[in-house]
Amino acid sequence: MSVGIVLVSHSAKLAEGLAELAAQMAPDVTILPAGGLSDGSIGTDYDEVVAATQRADSGDGVVLLYDLGSAQMTAELAVESLADPSAAIVADGPLVEGAIAAAVAAQAGQDRKAVAEAAAAAGIPDDLAPAEEAPADAAEVELELHNDVGLHARPAAVLVRTLSEFDAEVTVRLGDQEADGHSVLALMSLGARQGDRIRVRARGPQASAALEKAKELVDGNFGE
Amino acid sequence: MACEAAGVAAAVRAAAAVVAEHRVELIDLDRAIGDGDHGENMNRGFAAVVAALDSAVPDTPGGVLKLVATMLISKVGGAAGPLYGTAFLRASAKLGTVEAVDVPALLDALRAGLEGVQARGKAVGGDATMVDALIPAVAAAEKAAEGGGDVAAVLTAAADAADTGAESTVDLVPRKGRASYLGERAVGHMDPGARSSALLLRAFAEAAR
Repeated sequence: MSVGIVLVSHSAKLAEGLAELAAQMAPDVTILPAGGLSDGSIGTDYDEVVAATQRADSGDGVVLLYDLGSAQMTAELAVESLADPSAAIVADGPLVEGAIAAAVAAQAGQDRKAVAEAAAAAGIPDDLAPAEEAPADAAEVELELHNDVGLHARPAAVLVRTLSEFDAEVTVRLGDQEADGHSVLALMSLGARQGDRIRVRARGPQASAALEKAKELVDGNFGE
Repeated sequence: MACEAAGVAAAVRAAAAVVAEHRVELIDLDRAIGDGDHGENMNRGFAAVVAALDSAVPDTPGGVLKLVATMLISKVGGAAGPLYGTAFLRASAKLGTVEAVDVPALLDALRAGLEGVQARGKAVGGDATMVDALIPAVAAAEKAAEGGGDVAAVLTAAADAADTGAESTVDLVPRKGRASYLGERAVGHMDPGARSSALLLRAFAEAAR
């Protein structure tokens, strides 16, 4: 079970395409598109948003994302109409990046508040920081990427999902850029490609286990 | 004079006719500063309202307004759906099960409708939205009621003020909705939502006479 996600868009194609993209990174999460009007034209269909929100809820609640202003209003109205409005949250984040971040958070088993926060945080461009010297208590491994696409969407999602199982703070470094190892978007924006050497750094009670698992993933080409 | 469910339904039908008549005007206003769908959306929504009234008229004024809200929310498709939908829904809730709308009930419903629009759209006066028609409309309605006006007089005062309020959006820089992306370039155009609000109030006022 995980938090469900509903993508509210003026365009059916946009919502469907995004659901397809996000599902690739979160295979076990129910991600439903609710885009366009029932006659195929552009607009947001309140009834469809309500129905999708009800269907996406497997017991852990739902997070809704929207594209433009009126889609936000439709989404909020739909949530207010639910038997239990606290079961769903309209997340305030960029639609595409927010949907990816929310999907990965939901896949990792986070609750709806955390999933909504992940979507909202996707709009804040502070994920990449200049790399700093390793703190004394951090462990680090250097890994070479052999898989075809490097640290692209799916591998980044797999890495984040795996790392979320460990009690450890993880960062990934490429050259002089450093990304939060728990953020798919940050990892993707490193732009690490096949042949690049990344340095994975971890601290916390399960730091070494996390690094071992990261090495396993990279060496196994993320299961590609 | 108070207005019962049948009278409210007649006023809603009149509003639907006005929306249909001004469909192209609303489209043109919206095309200048938005996405051009306001006239089409409003017309689709009110056509659905009329179709629903054709099959059954609810027993109370509140029931009629709730039906209007439900249809607009489901059928409009653009921002006007949730905005007007919330306005009619709040007005309906305020009226509850009263059999007829008198002046105090009308004022309550108008205030609740305005509050609903503002709660949903987060717009304030001066943002160049329907709120710029509705705020002066509610104030004028209250003033007309204090002066002893009946339902028709109160609605006429509201419609007059809404017309002036809609005119005022011509000179404003939009801060909400699609038009806000245009910024200064939207100055010189009336907000289509303010215009439709004024049209609806005028239709209600004419129907109440």
